[in-house]
Amino acid sequence: MSDPLLQIKDLHVHYGAIHAIHGINLNVQEGEIVTILGSNGAGKTTTLHTISGLLKPSSGEILFDGKPIHKMEANKIVAEGVAQSPEGRMVFPDLTISENLDMGAFLRRDKEGIEKDREYMCQLFPKLKERAKQLAGTLSGGEQQMLAIARAYMANPKLLLLDEPSLGIAPILVQAIFDAVVEINKKGTTILLVEQNAFAALKIAHRAYVLTTGEIGMEGPAKELLENEEIQKAYLGH
Amino acid sequence: MSTGTESDFVYFLYDLATYLLNGITQGSVYALVALGYTMVYGIIKLINFAHGEFYMIGAFIGFFCIRSGMPLWMAFPCAMIGSGMVAVIIERIVYRPIRYAGRIPALITALGTSLFFQYFGQNTLGADPKAFPKVTDFENKTYQFGELFVSTNQIVIISTTFILMVFLYWLVNHTRTGKAMRATSFDKNAAELMGIDTNKIISFTFFVGASLAGAAGVLVGMYYNTVEPMMGLIPGLKAFVAAVLGGIGIIPGAVLGGLVLGIAENLVVGFWVSTYRDAIAFGILILILLLKPAGLLGKNRKEKV
Ligand SMILES: Nc1ncnc2c1ncn2[C@@H]1O[C@H](COP(=O)(O)OP(=O)(O)O)[C@@H](O)[C@H]1O
Ligand SMILES: [Mg+2]
Repeated sequence: MSDPLLQIKDLHVHYGAIHAIHGINLNVQEGEIVTILGSNGAGKTTTLHTISGLLKPSSGEILFDGKPIHKMEANKIVAEGVAQSPEGRMVFPDLTISENLDMGAFLRRDKEGIEKDREYMCQLFPKLKERAKQLAGTLSGGEQQMLAIARAYMANPKLLLLDEPSLGIAPILVQAIFDAVVEINKKGTTILLVEQNAFAALKIAHRAYVLTTGEIGMEGPAKELLENEEIQKAYLGH
Repeated sequence: MSTGTESDFVYFLYDLATYLLNGITQGSVYALVALGYTMVYGIIKLINFAHGEFYMIGAFIGFFCIRSGMPLWMAFPCAMIGSGMVAVIIERIVYRPIRYAGRIPALITALGTSLFFQYFGQNTLGADPKAFPKVTDFENKTYQFGELFVSTNQIVIISTTFILMVFLYWLVNHTRTGKAMRATSFDKNAAELMGIDTNKIISFTFFVGASLAGAAGVLVGMYYNTVEPMMGLIPGLKAFVAAVLGGIGIIPGAVLGGLVLGIAENLVVGFWVSTYRDAIAFGILILILLLKPAGLLGKNRKEKV
């Protein structure tokens, strides 16, 4: 196997005295969809924030494309090729949809590439095109989620981090969003997807990690985890 | 039919027009200073009580530039850039280290910074007011329209303020940096995830806000013909009131708040009493906050979870 695109080695993260991540190891290969499952408070968002540089690890390493990024500023990590659609979407409510997409492409100078990606996102999420001039704050939760993913995609990342895209969204839209994630991945973007909705995530992922109170309890191919009885009991409601 | 009441009415209209003109002139200055308060608050939720000092610093830079023989059109941008740079340095060495220390430490630090500049100014420049040198570019003439008198200085203040506001509007709404400012003021983490260097954007916001205050300082120096190290105190407080009045954090609110305050002060002083001039600002503030706690343009937004 070639070197992983993302490699997390023995990562520890603290919030003051709270030890949120207890030495996790995790790899993402180029081209994969990898999912991190876990219930509320397991440490999923903390992990993604640390990859993106919004939090600094107390120890351990994060390598992206072989390069350590865990000491870099968050905005510099975007330039390395890691974009995130954060939990709760965090679209800029007072900016239009079109301006939100501009923000996603903030560091890019390749006008043609930007336009191509904007076209592609509008084709994937037609609502974004219809409402381009509307303020993002006026969108429904599901539409905001689509915008958040599209905005992250506009950075033209090698690795796209998605934090609970199904959170608080109507089931029909969840399906549409997960279909779009598969599309994006097929076009060549590697994806690390954090979810509580284990069933939906496992159906589209290649591999999965299960995070329990800051530790990785289980990992393996998504198909195997779907069959796993423990997982079914804990997360799939069987 | 009595011509007496008719001419009374005409004089009332001239009085009204005079007070409105004075109010708009003064309100423009409040608005320029209030913009910096509101922009800095919008981006890092800091009430920068030292903001009035950037106005004083701008006035002094303008004072020294003009005294050394510079024409106004050169002295003016020098004052803006100079006070902007002082603000960038203050942000970097004073406010940034305590950015996450909480509101009370930030407030105390801002008050301390304000006092530092006031006393530093008194020590180095002397506490006495200094006569603002005559600008060489133009003469301050007075134009008469019936009983309404308009001075060149008033025209310069109002038109300069207008131009700066149009520029600010363009900057915030139509440039990449402006969008980044709006993104940063919504949420710093979300902005960082776009690749925006939020520290740079915050520095830039201090720069813009302080340069507007510096511009106001020069304009006022010309208008009242004096500068002194304590001159930032009362206008700084009034501008704070104007920003809160309009809805703090909202850019058009600062302009509206400044104008409302300037006009209200001049109307009350003109038609009624002048002894309470400075109390009027706070009276209006209390009244509006009772009726509309988020300010004139403020939405009473629900806090995000
Ligand atoms: N800002 C914070 N300060 C202190 N503790 C936090 C903070 N954010 C998260 N935590 C704690 O860290 C743990 C992991 O949280 P989080 O990463 O948000 O979990 P998840 O995303 O899996 O729901 C939880 O116990 C949570 O209470
Ligand atoms: Mg989370």
